[in-house]
Amino acid sequence: MKHLRPINKKARAIDEAVTQIEAVAQNPDDMEEDVVALQQQPRPHVPMGCTLSFSPGWEVDAGGGTAGLCQPVERDIYDCYVTCFWPVQVPDHVNYSPDWASNCATATKDWRNLDLVFP
Amino acid sequence: MTVMQAPAYRRAEYHGFAAGGSAFVYLVSAGAIFEVDADVRAVLDRLEGQELTHADMIRALTSEGRDAAEAEALVRELRAARLIQLGAAAPVMPQAPPADFPLQALVLNVTNQCNLACTYCYEFGADKIATPAGKPKYMTLETAKASVDLLIAEAVGRKAVHITFFGGETLMNFRLLRDVVEYANAATAAAGKGITYSLTTNATLLTEEIVTFLSDNRIGVTVSMDGPPEVQDKHRVYKNGKGSYAVIEPRLRTLIANHRTRAVTARVTLTEGVTDVVRIFRHLKDDLGFHEVGFAPVTTGEERAYSIDGKGMDDVLAQFTVLADEWLEYALRGEVHGFTNVSETISELISGVNKSHPCGAGLGLMGVSPSGDLSPCHRFTDADTHVMGHVSSGIDRTKQSDFLARGHVEAKYDCQSCWARPLCAGGCHHEAFVRYGDTGHANLHYCDWIRQWTDTCLRIYGELAVKNPGFLERFAERKGLS
Repeated sequence: MKHLRPINKKARAIDEAVTQIEAVAQNPDDMEEDVVALQQQPRPHVPMGCTLSFSPGWEVDAGGGTAGLCQPVERDIYDCYVTCFWPVQVPDHVNYSPDWASNCATATKDWRNLDLVFP
Repeated sequence: MTVMQAPAYRRAEYHGFAAGGSAFVYLVSAGAIFEVDADVRAVLDRLEGQELTHADMIRALTSEGRDAAEAEALVRELRAARLIQLGAAAPVMPQAPPADFPLQALVLNVTNQCNLACTYCYEFGADKIATPAGKPKYMTLETAKASVDLLIAEAVGRKAVHITFFGGETLMNFRLLRDVVEYANAATAAAGKGITYSLTTNATLLTEEIVTFLSDNRIGVTVSMDGPPEVQDKHRVYKNGKGSYAVIEPRLRTLIANHRTRAVTARVTLTEGVTDVVRIFRHLKDDLGFHEVGFAPVTTGEERAYSIDGKGMDDVLAQFTVLADEWLEYALRGEVHGFTNVSETISELISGVNKSHPCGAGLGLMGVSPSGDLSPCHRFTDADTHVMGHVSSGIDRTKQSDFLARGHVEAKYDCQSCWARPLCAGGCHHEAFVRYGDTGHANLHYCDWIRQWTDTCLRIYGELAVKNPGFLERFAERKGLS
């Protein structure tokens, strides 16, 4: 490294790792897009929730629209509640709100019975 | 289909400091220390309170006269070292050690009896958590042997193990020590492992014979004491209230003169009114001749008469800083100073520790009570709330994993935004239990203190790295860190 001088053991380990990465990263143009494979080491940060490209979210998708949602928007609150395995910002059927929808037999009529939850 | 927004650079979590005319960063995700040049500072300054896309960053750097390729390389280097990052990265937490982490050390509480009655003692004082009623007062040889066997069996893959003899007053069960050392030497040799020993004592019962034994067996000695006569006799008293200084002084001189194989250390407990750190250090180091002197504030729950208040702690920190400056002066000349609190932190900075847990308690180290009960460390000895198995039946893995899950720095909310967490990891489990009733609680009452002290030690480290790097290398070798 040219600008950072490692002065402890951990910093020297980083120096070695960076030198290796440098040797691999030939083309600086790659930097702008920052495309990484999920299998790549070190692992990229993957946010919790359904905002990955294949599971893009329950209100809007990653582009800000509704076209890429994993459920049609009209159904998403129930389908996130019952079927989704992601710990998202909706009541969680599995862990803390098993009875959230019990007073709401028909959503079109009873939706007012769906209440706030405080996990 | 996914539309990506152009991600922007932001600073990663670091603590910047200056020393010896240079600038440094302490990188929190790793515990790494780098000396940084003006180019790095230019990038970090640009990211003060704002984010910049790659294109904007390159534009800013080239507008200051850098060539584009240089600017690209600079940004690439900082990203690769993770001093800057694209978008919000999850805080990188140290991984928990594996469940079968091998044991390295046992602290044998050879007796829970003591001939002194120090008012602040965590084993007998107002904040004690020990529940010794009805339990054995002295460890038997059988229990000690079972402890050694457990240590060897659980130290899978380790080349050497360590036993600390502790109390109560350790020397009230000196007879046991000879037999245990003999047994442990033979048992570890048979298992192909090395072994080292240490012992903590109040020094009242030291004799020439005992000192010879300690020296011959290379047993490191830590003496719990508080300083010159009027300081020592304030809290470290016999049950009738008589001070202990006059009794221990000649014994200490015998110990320090005749123990030739290991450093002799003093360990001082600071309490209300006992905060004259510099004077205490001078007395113990210069008048009595201890090799190392370390200080720690007393552990208390709610306010006790002997607790140190906020102002007292500020005073302590100011005096620590005086001794730290002295430590640095010595180190710049290549000499050893003996103020343990700096030496310990410097050791950790040399390695760049990034702790998942504040210490080895319940992990590589456990305490054994006189009855043979295991506990996370000696401070939990004989406490029913923290029994973690027995030397005869082994480690209780359920209790151990509960203890370790609570104590993991990731479980401590307040630590997540603190730059000193790689070294502190929330602080002493026992102190947290006494103070907050939960071993997994961050020790919030000394956060500012820890940050200031860590910063002081980082600046010492930085100055040495610039002016006398050879000292750090020799220090690492001496401590077995290289």
